[in-house]
Amino acid sequence: MDLSAINPVLLIGAMIAAATPILLAATGELVAERAGVLNLGVEGMMIIGAVCGFIIAVNTGSPAFGFVAAAIGGAGLSLVFAFLTQATLANQVASGLGLTLFGLGLSALMGQTYVGIKPPSMGPGPFSALSDIPVFGRILFGHDALVYLGLLFVATVWATLKHTRAGLILRAVGENHDAAHALGYKVKRVRTLAILFGGACAGLGGAYISLIRVPQWTEGMTAGVGWIALALVVFASWKPWRVLLGAYLFGGITQLQLNLQGAGVAIPVEYLAMSPYVVTIVVLVFLSAEKSRAPGCLGRTFHASG
Amino acid sequence: MTGALLALSGLTKAYPGVLANDDVSLSIAPGEVHALLGENGAGKSTLVKMIYGLVAPNAGRMEMNGAVFAPSDPRAARASGVGMVFQHFSLFDALSVAENIALGMEDPPKLRELSAQIRDVSETYGLPLSPDRIVGDLSAGERQRVEIIRCLLGKPRLLIMDEPTSVLTPQEVTILFETLRKLSAEGTAILYISHKLEEIRVLCDAATILRGGRVVGTCDPRETSARQMAEMMVGRVLAGPVREAPEPGPALLEIKSLSVPSPSAFGVSLKDVSFAVHAGEILGIGGVAGNGQDELLAILSGEWPCLPESVLFKGRDLSRMGPNARRGLGVLAAPEERLGHAAAPDMSLTENAMLTAADRQGLVSRGMLDWNRARDFAERVIGTFDVRTPGPANAARSLSGGNLQKFVIGREILQAPDVLMVNQPTWGVDAAAAAAIRQALLDLAKNGAGIVVISQDLDELMEISDRFAALNEGRLSAPQPTRKLDVEQIGLMLGGAHGMEVANV
Repeated sequence: MDLSAINPVLLIGAMIAAATPILLAATGELVAERAGVLNLGVEGMMIIGAVCGFIIAVNTGSPAFGFVAAAIGGAGLSLVFAFLTQATLANQVASGLGLTLFGLGLSALMGQTYVGIKPPSMGPGPFSALSDIPVFGRILFGHDALVYLGLLFVATVWATLKHTRAGLILRAVGENHDAAHALGYKVKRVRTLAILFGGACAGLGGAYISLIRVPQWTEGMTAGVGWIALALVVFASWKPWRVLLGAYLFGGITQLQLNLQGAGVAIPVEYLAMSPYVVTIVVLVFLSAEKSRAPGCLGRTFHASG
Repeated sequence: MTGALLALSGLTKAYPGVLANDDVSLSIAPGEVHALLGENGAGKSTLVKMIYGLVAPNAGRMEMNGAVFAPSDPRAARASGVGMVFQHFSLFDALSVAENIALGMEDPPKLRELSAQIRDVSETYGLPLSPDRIVGDLSAGERQRVEIIRCLLGKPRLLIMDEPTSVLTPQEVTILFETLRKLSAEGTAILYISHKLEEIRVLCDAATILRGGRVVGTCDPRETSARQMAEMMVGRVLAGPVREAPEPGPALLEIKSLSVPSPSAFGVSLKDVSFAVHAGEILGIGGVAGNGQDELLAILSGEWPCLPESVLFKGRDLSRMGPNARRGLGVLAAPEERLGHAAAPDMSLTENAMLTAADRQGLVSRGMLDWNRARDFAERVIGTFDVRTPGPANAARSLSGGNLQKFVIGREILQAPDVLMVNQPTWGVDAAAAAAIRQALLDLAKNGAGIVVISQDLDELMEISDRFAALNEGRLSAPQPTRKLDVEQIGLMLGGAHGMEVANV
């Protein structure tokens, strides 16, 4: 066992990188669920984002274009879900599962000729000039732009939901769509926009995996991160700051246990591998013990009458 | 008519297969309290939905102060000065009072300012309400105040109220009427929908009566008797409930010192409840919603367990028996919520008949369901209780509230119970259907059954029950013979209004 092989500063950087895809996807899903939409297609939207981002980044040579394409790709796939659930009033659970399966298949098809290629590198992050400050410089300022974008999303979503009229309307639609409709709010429009936001966030999260965390394309490379993001939203009681906590906890421990495995710690690999799930669930279950509940109309189809 | 605030002429709205409104005309002057009367399905809701911009008429015109008024959505209607208080509150449980009110406004001020305005209006009109409370924790009366204050903040010229008193105590009704009179004196017109004809006689200046989507008459409610108005609504002469002097029989069902803690945070604990129901008797249990009615019925029906020796039927302990075992003995119940509790909404009437009548009607043989007999039984319920539906294969959800209520009550009555317990048997049911249900209960009692009627409609309890008791915060008052009580005394038995001055009596 050689714990000294672990550089704490690099470890923290890697932990944050591991958490960012989950954070992005979960924040998007949180917005959709607060509007009353249960979209189980997060995994599918992530992998589509991953492949779209990869293709565009390789062909244009610009990771930034790649991320834009990833957001558009994720939102585009979520539009299918929005059409199924909001226009044709299909069941949300079945549509979401279908979306995941469809996304996995479509991404494999799109990415066939991109296996084994290396994407252009992201270059230094926006605050890289400050990262020369010893220790804290690396930890606070050494990351790429997407890490900060993820944090900005969480803060913006929190402030919007809590303090703005748009956020209040979104919560109202998710809480009681009949009452919101009776007051004259456009339930389907609000939900469609929330679904698109969720899709774009999931797409960004997927591209973060294919362009930064594992810079390459392999079939099914999101490997269940979308499902983790979905579970996090529930365990975080639909609260943005808890999603942040849960994502960093889960991503952090995932990275930590990989490093511990690498350092040859005398704990069976199976226990290390399960530790992120166990710790995240235990912490969030304790946090959500207080009175909190799902949005009142989560997963219910809105059918305007009269 | 000149000087009318709102004038409707020739309004027509057709849904596939139904003409919901046919050439409806009426006009309301500023400050007028105008009653809209009609049975369920007469077209009242469609009419007010058109005024409030929720549906667009197929033909006809609306005028507001002489100008064409055609709201495309509720916002447009609110902008023109129309406010509406719904029968089923359109509130958001997880949000605070102030947030709920902000959602109903076009251009709400900051939450802090809005809270001050809410306090201001609630004091002016005698409707106490704290803006910071979460709506999910409020009582029905308080929720209604949220709706009313939400409307009043928009300074409406016309306020539409849909069945506003169905959830209030007599004292709360008095306070609501004070508020409405004050509004009317300030020039706000009120369109008032209610089944309670006596209330309309006290409050309203004019009444328009709808039947089958058409205006069948107008009257001055102060000059017209409740019976005359009811007859205009149903289009035929109503027979009052027929009853003979009750002969108290032996005690059938006895409840002895029943105390049950509430199983949920929002429920009510029952505290030392005791009463007996005799053969041939109707015991009325009154009380404002949320004082233990649902809990009491759940225990009487066997849905919830209770301590041994607290529920006895002919001396036999039922306490540990479930609903089906009690049904087998002849103790039947019909809970309040029609869709979801008394009936499974998406199942057909035949299937719903099977659900409670399987044992007593022999609809099951050797573990196999006999659907032919179940259908016959459902058809018998439909025929006997005049349930308006194309047939027993229709889903429970497709029936109107009154018709489904006739079905769920009829389904239990035709099983010839020894004891029948019903909760809110005529809630949201029109006058003719309510009269039919009450008569059926009276007939059942006459044939020797003991009946418990839990209701918030005091007029109903006064009309049919032999003895009356009130539930208040889980405690039951001692039953009194109904004939010796008047509404005032009963109102006081109910324990007065929550958070309001009790009216001077």
